[in-house]
Amino acid sequence: MTYVIASLRSRRGNLNQPPNLRLLLEDSQRHEDNKMTYIPISPKERDAMLETIGVKSLDDLFNAVPSKHRFPMLNLPPALTEMEAMEELSGLAQANENVRTDLVSFLGAGMYNHYIPSVVDHILRRGEFYTAYTPYQPEISQGTLQAIFEYQSLMCALTGMDVSNASHYDGATATAEAVNLAYAQFRGKRKKVLISPTVHPQYRAVVRTYAQGMDLELAGNNENADLDSNPDELVNLVDDNTSLVIVQYPDFFGRVYDYTKLIEATHAKGALVCVVANPTALAMFKTPGSMGADVVVGDGQPLGIPMWYGGPSVGFFTTRKNMVHKMAGRLVGETIDNKGQRAYVLTLTAREQHIKRERATSNICTNQGLIALGTAVYLSLLGKAGLRQVANLCYQKAHYAAAELSKLNGMGLCFTEPFFHEFALCVGRPVEEVNSHLLEHGIIGGYDLGQDYPALKDHMLIAVTEMNSKEDIDMLVEVMSEVAND
Amino acid sequence: MNAPANLKYTKSDEWFDPASGAMGISDYAQSQLSDIVFVEILVDEGDTIEAGKAIASVESVKASAEIYASAGGKVSAVNKDLANKPETLNSDPYGEAWMVKVESGSEGETMDSATYEKYCEERSH
Repeated sequence: MTYVIASLRSRRGNLNQPPNLRLLLEDSQRHEDNKMTYIPISPKERDAMLETIGVKSLDDLFNAVPSKHRFPMLNLPPALTEMEAMEELSGLAQANENVRTDLVSFLGAGMYNHYIPSVVDHILRRGEFYTAYTPYQPEISQGTLQAIFEYQSLMCALTGMDVSNASHYDGATATAEAVNLAYAQFRGKRKKVLISPTVHPQYRAVVRTYAQGMDLELAGNNENADLDSNPDELVNLVDDNTSLVIVQYPDFFGRVYDYTKLIEATHAKGALVCVVANPTALAMFKTPGSMGADVVVGDGQPLGIPMWYGGPSVGFFTTRKNMVHKMAGRLVGETIDNKGQRAYVLTLTAREQHIKRERATSNICTNQGLIALGTAVYLSLLGKAGLRQVANLCYQKAHYAAAELSKLNGMGLCFTEPFFHEFALCVGRPVEEVNSHLLEHGIIGGYDLGQDYPALKDHMLIAVTEMNSKEDIDMLVEVMSEVAND
Repeated sequence: MNAPANLKYTKSDEWFDPASGAMGISDYAQSQLSDIVFVEILVDEGDTIEAGKAIASVESVKASAEIYASAGGKVSAVNKDLANKPETLNSDPYGEAWMVKVESGSEGETMDSATYEKYCEERSH
């Protein structure tokens, strides 16, 4: 038996080694002498170091770098005053166009334009939250810990699962962590992971990156696969070497399937199922938890997080209680302190990489704390009914848009299955062309599906949310009809 | 400190019962770990294991430990109930909390109970 005691392997180093007092005293003495408390070394110390390594001057250290590659002429303009700099930067900022004031967007494909109540940002800007560091010391971190605990509880409620971790970077990395979990659950004995071709192409790319060096076979992950086939058929590819099947809900094309049968059949073959879910859709449709999923992950961006320039976002990760020891990342639990008061702590820390080291499921032991808090604030503001209303608005508006657009000459819906707030539309000409025409009218068009799926050349993925008014949709249809009749 | 005389012990605090082929962790090991809250056996029935290789992972309220095989051989039984009652590793490390049994196991480097008791005593000081 070898063991690592949790308290001794803290981030702050080995507690068995007390700080060297003599050095600390010398250090404070030096600072007294030099009156330069934040300059790490004095000229005297620098000279001593140079002498030790046998170099005359600091410049000699750069001798190996050819002179033509040194000291580039930066050719910078003269320095500006604050007033001038503000004017310059404001001008640059105004050159940006955004979906709040300038443009109407029908672009989704993983990031969605939803209304964000102003309270979300007010809470996120509180110093107690945005400067908080890892809450290893519960005695000074109750606020952060409780916020994470609430986030976890909300994610469990939304997905219908037992446990949630404190979050990952985004939906793609959360999906990759599901692969790690399945790998650990079967102790590396099952080496095949099936990913439906209708999982977000970028998520599949991230899973491929994570799986490098793990000696894993990724199957089903084929852009040329039959995108019309029933997802239940994926089970035919499951064998006794398969650890995990990954599907998306709604899938990348917005289609909603009930995965209950697939999950049952996969379980019968001994493998696990991970569902990548859109959290807004979960307010409206059956939860993956109730379908029997083993892991439910997804991107939390639709829950009150701006689209920014594509991030930062937050990835939620939920699973069953029996796999909690295999879950990556951190987990906050509720307990009672020595005075009998309710308190929150990081729980099951031994699972984490900084204690279990190479035996841990993953090398990720951080979380996206601030953004996770944003989703928790958003969800608690909207409540069950509010989120359902958002989902319903998205659903109704998307169906109105789809019905109107498919009436246009040469255009039509690509699939016939039920969908949520996104649908694939055949536009009958290069998507790039259509989108540049739309942009001239202040509209950001759909995602060009041909770049990921050769069979869907000239198809775009259109997302409609509560932010798109009927007028916006009618304008989209009108501009698209110009394109159609062009 | 309790170390039954019919068992053999490893330097890494596992026991082996030559009569039954069973193995687990010693009383000294459980007392060092304190309250054990999680255990996972890493091998399955039918696997062939080598002495000194990891067979289980244990977590207590203060530590995370890897348990090594005290003998090699073909795994004939795995204590599947143990995962549901990890606390028996504290209360009955030589009985109910056996981990794995091997068929005609070949012991790794082991010592008898008297030597092991002395070995534990030395470390306690």
